[in-house]
Amino acid sequence: MSEPTGLPPLRTPLFERHRALGGKLVPFGGWEMPVQYSGLTEEHVAVRTRAGLFDVSHMGEIRVRGPRALEVVQKLTTNDASTLLDGRIQYSAFLYEKGTFVDDLLTYKIADDDYLLVVNAGNTPKDVAWAKQAAVDGGSVEDESGKWAQIAVQGPRSAEILQPLVDVELAPIGYYHFRHGKVAGVPSIVSRTGYTGEYGFEVYCPPEAAVEIWDAILASGTPHGLIPAGLGARDTLRLEAKMALYGNDIDDTTTPWEADLGWIVKMKKGEFIGRSALERQKAAGLSRKLVGFEVTGRGIARHGYPLKTESGPGIVTSGTQTPTVGKPIGLAYVPLAASAIGTQLEIDIRGRGVAAVVVPTPFYKRPTA
Amino acid sequence: MSTYPDDRFYTKSHEWVRVEGATGTIGITDHAQQELGEVVFVDLPDVGELFDAGQEFGTIESVKAVSEVFLPIAGEVVEVNKTLVDEPGAVNEDPYGDGWLVKLKVTSDGDMAGLLSAAAYEKFVEEEAKG
Repeated sequence: MSEPTGLPPLRTPLFERHRALGGKLVPFGGWEMPVQYSGLTEEHVAVRTRAGLFDVSHMGEIRVRGPRALEVVQKLTTNDASTLLDGRIQYSAFLYEKGTFVDDLLTYKIADDDYLLVVNAGNTPKDVAWAKQAAVDGGSVEDESGKWAQIAVQGPRSAEILQPLVDVELAPIGYYHFRHGKVAGVPSIVSRTGYTGEYGFEVYCPPEAAVEIWDAILASGTPHGLIPAGLGARDTLRLEAKMALYGNDIDDTTTPWEADLGWIVKMKKGEFIGRSALERQKAAGLSRKLVGFEVTGRGIARHGYPLKTESGPGIVTSGTQTPTVGKPIGLAYVPLAASAIGTQLEIDIRGRGVAAVVVPTPFYKRPTA
Repeated sequence: MSTYPDDRFYTKSHEWVRVEGATGTIGITDHAQQELGEVVFVDLPDVGELFDAGQEFGTIESVKAVSEVFLPIAGEVVEVNKTLVDEPGAVNEDPYGDGWLVKLKVTSDGDMAGLLSAAAYEKFVEEEAKG
């Protein structure tokens, strides 16, 4: 997940808070981030039942502005940003010409001439360089990663915890919508998004206000059972919700069709980078597909473990045993002919052939009231 | 700071061994289980297998990671903790008691050379934490 860069790791404005809270800090995507505080399972369960507080300031932000901003965003991304209203968000992707992922991202429409693209931490330098190539007169592309800290409050109690600190009403904010508002008195963006499959919000604020906002949320949330949560829980939570992780489930060798992310590709919107390759792959037919599996034998199938099917080999991209599901689960690329629900897989877990079966995803779906 | 029972010896790979007569019981330390987090699978050898000191004899898998376990002393496996198949969490809850892994018939005449006392292990863990 993290690549050695030879450079000292970056630290978010909340680094000292993580240390003070007993966070175990590890290198991740060029950053030094907390992998856990009290324990992965406890943090995972807190998010599913109460609330968890995450520092996601390492994420990258790219601002596209100007009268031709939409044109730039449309060229760079697979989803159709022309359908976005102000204050709406869309899951999308940057692709190479060959149709494989540069990165996955969120597109925020602030105004007709103003978009914010939120990308993965470890990919930020690559993504900024990639996006800048698409800049035009009247459609500028700037790296704003240094201008934003990001704090996520995730869990069923999120609104109760955050509401007393915010001057906009949170309950009416729909999934993948955002509002501008003050959080603990500081102008911020409050976004109904997250990487956990749970109800919750992400707050984008100036880095110099991050500590103040973090402390305010922690104080407001503690009586509700909110605890700080690290990358470990973030990974098991996102996997249960079948949210893709760049570097694991998607990368520069996989396409949105293969990754079961066809829904973020809008071929009818017109030209975008990677479109021709996707058209060709669709015409030629897919050879493999990302599926969810459950291990029926003993052991956890982890990233990179090879697997066998009656239709040929495949590979595990993510795997864990999750506290909510209680069984070893994961994602894998398998031959198309082996992608149907119920197909038997044999995963090579450190030399042992262990049985697994293709199952429906997501593994976890939030109960709706 | 946790303290470690002084009725046994420890390794730098975070296993412990307690020898009674010709039988050695082996497990992992409280520090090791804390580092691993929630244990979900334990793979152990078969009874009758022979191992040298320092040899890998099984794996302990937590949500976070897979960790190999190494024998502090040489011997023949005479018993494995079968309850861990259904209750691997015992390694977390009681690493020095119910969470034991294997029992050996000790072949090296109880030679504890190279192993750490409780005090020495505690110091080792502290120094490791400082990096």
